[in-house]
Amino acid sequence: MIGKKPVGLMDLPMKTITVQPPRETGRFTLRKMIDGMDVVGRVTRMTFHYPWLMTFAIAALVAAVVFQLYIPRFLGSAVDNAYGLLSGGANEAAQRALVVTGALLFGASVLRGAFTMLHNYLGEAVGQHIGYELRIAIYDKIQRLDFRYHDHVHSGDLITRGMLDVEGVRLFVNTGIKRFVFLGLLIGIGAYRLLSADLLLGLLSLSFVPLVGWRAIDARLTLRESWHRLQERMSHLTRIMEENLQGIRVVRAFASQQHEMEKFAVASDDAKALTSERIGVSVRNGTFMTFTFYVSMGLVLLFGGQKALAGEITIGQLTEFLAYMTVLQMPVRQLGMLVNSVARATTSGERLFAVLDEEPDIRDKPDARDLLVTDGTLRFDAVSFAYRVGGERIDVLSDVSFTVCRGQTLGIVGPPGAGKSTIAHLIPRFYDATEGAVSIDGQDVRDVTLKSLRKTVTVIQQDIFLFTSGIENNVAYGNPWADPDTILTATNSAQLHDYIDNLPRRYRTLVGERGVSLSGGQRQRLVIARALLMEPAVLVFDDSTAAIDAATEQRILTSLREQAAKTATVIISHRLSSLMHADEILFVEGGRVAERGDHASLLAQNGRYAALYRLQSNPADEPILKEM
Amino acid sequence: MAGDTKIREEFHDYGIPEEERPPLAVVGSQISADEQLFGRVFDPHVLRRFVPYLKPYVKRIVLALVGVLGFTLTQLAVPLVIRGTIDFALIGGDASRTALYIAAGVFFAIAAVNYAANMIQEKQASEVGERVLFDMRTAMFRHLQRISLSFMDKTEVGRLMSRLQGDVNALQQFVESSIFAIGDVVLLVGIVVVLLTLHLPLGLMTLAIVPVLFVVRFIWLPRAREAFLSARHASSTTNGALAEGINGVRTVQSMAREDVNYVLFDDKARENLVSQIRATKFAQIMIPIVDTLTGIAMAVVVIVGGSFVMGGTIELGVMVAFIFYVERFFAPIRSITMQYSIMQRAMASGHRIFEVMDVDIDVDDKPDAVALRTVDGRIEFDHVTFGYEKNRPILHDVSFTVEPGTTVALVGPTGSGKTSLTALAHRFYDAWSGRVTIDGHDVRDVTQESIGRNVAMVLQEPFLFTGTILENIRYSTSGAPMAQVVDAAKAVGVHDVISALPDGYDTMLDQGGGNLSQGQRQLVSFARALVADTKILVLDEATASIDSYTERLIQQALKRLLEGRTGLVIAHRLSTIRGSDKIVVLQDGRIVEEGPHDALMDAGGLYARLYSMNYASFDDIPESLIEAIKAEHTTT
Repeated sequence: MIGKKPVGLMDLPMKTITVQPPRETGRFTLRKMIDGMDVVGRVTRMTFHYPWLMTFAIAALVAAVVFQLYIPRFLGSAVDNAYGLLSGGANEAAQRALVVTGALLFGASVLRGAFTMLHNYLGEAVGQHIGYELRIAIYDKIQRLDFRYHDHVHSGDLITRGMLDVEGVRLFVNTGIKRFVFLGLLIGIGAYRLLSADLLLGLLSLSFVPLVGWRAIDARLTLRESWHRLQERMSHLTRIMEENLQGIRVVRAFASQQHEMEKFAVASDDAKALTSERIGVSVRNGTFMTFTFYVSMGLVLLFGGQKALAGEITIGQLTEFLAYMTVLQMPVRQLGMLVNSVARATTSGERLFAVLDEEPDIRDKPDARDLLVTDGTLRFDAVSFAYRVGGERIDVLSDVSFTVCRGQTLGIVGPPGAGKSTIAHLIPRFYDATEGAVSIDGQDVRDVTLKSLRKTVTVIQQDIFLFTSGIENNVAYGNPWADPDTILTATNSAQLHDYIDNLPRRYRTLVGERGVSLSGGQRQRLVIARALLMEPAVLVFDDSTAAIDAATEQRILTSLREQAAKTATVIISHRLSSLMHADEILFVEGGRVAERGDHASLLAQNGRYAALYRLQSNPADEPILKEM
Repeated sequence: MAGDTKIREEFHDYGIPEEERPPLAVVGSQISADEQLFGRVFDPHVLRRFVPYLKPYVKRIVLALVGVLGFTLTQLAVPLVIRGTIDFALIGGDASRTALYIAAGVFFAIAAVNYAANMIQEKQASEVGERVLFDMRTAMFRHLQRISLSFMDKTEVGRLMSRLQGDVNALQQFVESSIFAIGDVVLLVGIVVVLLTLHLPLGLMTLAIVPVLFVVRFIWLPRAREAFLSARHASSTTNGALAEGINGVRTVQSMAREDVNYVLFDDKARENLVSQIRATKFAQIMIPIVDTLTGIAMAVVVIVGGSFVMGGTIELGVMVAFIFYVERFFAPIRSITMQYSIMQRAMASGHRIFEVMDVDIDVDDKPDAVALRTVDGRIEFDHVTFGYEKNRPILHDVSFTVEPGTTVALVGPTGSGKTSLTALAHRFYDAWSGRVTIDGHDVRDVTQESIGRNVAMVLQEPFLFTGTILENIRYSTSGAPMAQVVDAAKAVGVHDVISALPDGYDTMLDQGGGNLSQGQRQLVSFARALVADTKILVLDEATASIDSYTERLIQQALKRLLEGRTGLVIAHRLSTIRGSDKIVVLQDGRIVEEGPHDALMDAGGLYARLYSMNYASFDDIPESLIEAIKAEHTTT
């Protein structure tokens, strides 16, 4: 039977990843269910990918129901057989009948078990396959959705979709589709049989079904709704505990343990109150359902007894009615779970398909060709970039033009929010320019394949992301086929090899979350090594040396000279010492190039660049630049 | 929809053949975070420590047990009433409507008792479980507030969180299910007693399957558990890889790793699929076994029982009662065997919880501790030796004084003991020998709470709590008037930034203050220290370089902050170092040099050498270089 899953070990807590369940407000209503029918339909159609598995699953399910329903019937006739013997019928024949009934019962029970196993297994197999399909599909989609999409959708939300929502949809095969068929057949055929055997007793035996079914559904939906509220309160409590532990030094430094305990107590009591409320709902409904069941059983006993006394039915038939009721009790209570499953599949499916149906704006043109690098010249031609917020156009870059040839370096400097990073992001097409064109060797970046473009252009980004794996895996991220020498060259240039070489596990040392803790400067150098390994024709430092001290940075730049001859380099930095030797320097402000030239000519202009230079060369003596 | 079929066609469309898998490519975390899930079934230490948490609920537990008993016994009685109805009201000599009414009356009465008992058991058992859970979490959280920082330093927050959540949940489940397990034992014993009493031979024959069921369960359980655990492991690995792909998506795209990752992720997803299906097999295999055994028992009841009925050995009702009991064997057996796993888990969890609860509070107020009241704000380190691990001192016999109203800059390479000194001033730890005094009071003689009120601290990484900016600035002094908060924000130059936010001071900060820049977070934490308005300020300057504009603001704010206060600063910026009244140069836990900037420069020692090398911060100076300079100094 469904729900006869022998062990609840699957719900052991797992601590690797904490996922926020999706936010859901209000109760799941009939209206929402109807609205969600297309989603349910789409999920159901996914089972058609496995037509044979699904057909066999349903066939096994029908067989299991049939044998399940035969059991009360055989039990009834067994009682009648025995009663016949007692009342002194034909001994031999009745005895044989008893043996036959016993054998039939045994057979029905074995077959019920076998088919139950089969349909559960097949259903689960279909569900797992669908889960697998969805999992890799969403992974693939998320990897390909562009930066703009990821800027708007919170990563936690996507993780939730990829984990909990995939589960919600996957489970629907067993807990939704199959349970629907199962309950329909069991209650339908059973009801038909009972009602046709005796209308009154049939009605009485089934009298608990609507009551219990309704309560089961109602309670489940109430609990479902309050579960979402509970999750919110629990995540609030979790956040309080987590922040307290993370900020333990602040807590201790300000001696605010008392204050923290109070915050905790409020959140904890909140969660506790809701938990009690939920226990109340669950207990009230659970006990009501059991009681209702027993009351209708008592009624069957009373009225069935009267009919048996009157000789209208046999005791075997009465037994059959009672046995059938016990068969029906659990499935009817599962109506709640069925509705829950539909609700979950509807919301989860909706959220999941929203991602799967999304198409990235930035993708290869149908006729895109691989980028062909000849001279290695990067060119911005009157590039502007803007985005819209509620119909309002916000300009980030306006009319930016420059050319960087192989072996040259372009420096970009300017106040925070001037649009410097945007310039970096337009080169590998993290975003597309609104106007103008970015091109490499005369090929518009929008006309070439993304893969070839991004193998050619490497941007070392401000935000450092390290993968929880070995240093070698991280350095070779862009080219996992790289041989040890190549890796060594890259880490040497990034001034990181000596450090790595002193680690106990050297290049196998695990970094990233929970890995060995690296200083900010070491992390940046690792990311630089990762970029250098790509041997890009265009290399962009997007303020990626902030945490590295000036001397080390100089050593990195010096060791890059050789490679720099083969590369067009763009350096974006707050620190003028990083870029003052560049062939051309752009001072960007408000999305426009305010000043340009080499270091000497910019100083001669005595403008903003010169002011910034003075500020940085002697910070203590310079008045603050208010206008910036 | 077309999208669905497309998904399948896209399988392995990425053309990386098996044998050409990149050797250095992996997806997902390569560190396993799983903890031991199962322990011994009985761990006396855990149980002994656990009992006090149950004590407050003894009454409820007793009530729950009464409920469990009532529920179980009434459940047990139902087939008996059916039997009575058949044998005494429907057939035999006394069969009559009156007897039937009595039987039905008894049945309804039993149903009513069952209802009440069910209500009691469910409610009390769940409530006790929940309350114990919340109590334990509170106790643990409270303990964590007082536990020494050296323990907290060594322990990952994630690990502690899993104790505060997963492990306490395991104990809650244990409490709840134990109560019901008692009911299951009673039910099983009850069925055995009733069947044997009703008819010994038939009872024995029918019950023969019970030991078999137990044996089957116990053979099955460890194997199934292994399959379930590996399925869970596969699923968490797959999900981990997914999460990594999402969090690192920008890196993935900028390095064009999508295709390789897809293939690797596909491997993980397939492994997961295989182990999920394997787990399903284990979960389902029990069903036909149980049904076969149940079928045997039913056949026995029908064939043998039927013959006994014929022979007049038992009444017909007895046979019917047997029929109703037979299908009930398995449920309690399942629960009881499951309880075994639950207990193992609870013991493992309990062990982890009490491991934390048993950590001593090394740094505690003396019974006669008085509240510190700073008048001048003079800090003195008097021959302080200290370390985190036995026999590995970090500070050796360090002595120096911070005079009231002056700023002392602590300078030295990473690991030289700067942070330890500031921590000792705040009594995060106790010195091994020597003493730290504030205005002449040994910090061990005053209450920790009063130190917190008199010594403000600014950390290197500003830590902001989820909440509004106002709440964060007010943090310790929740009663501070708005005007004071605004003054502080103005003083450190962050008022304009805050005012420009949509909700001003009431703007909610994202987790960790994500909607502020790093420099702005720094300024907010300065404002927090300013509102605390203490005589003494301990500050760890941030190392990361911030854009020149914000940097400038921070430098000015720092000056404001230290004005008229006693400052102990771990300094990284040369300007901060230069601007302090005294510089203490530390190396390997010893003071190398001490004095104002000019004096140290004139002395031409380590400080002067390092200063002249123009590193952005002394922390970045390679160890080898320092060694070289030191060697040079010792030889000359």
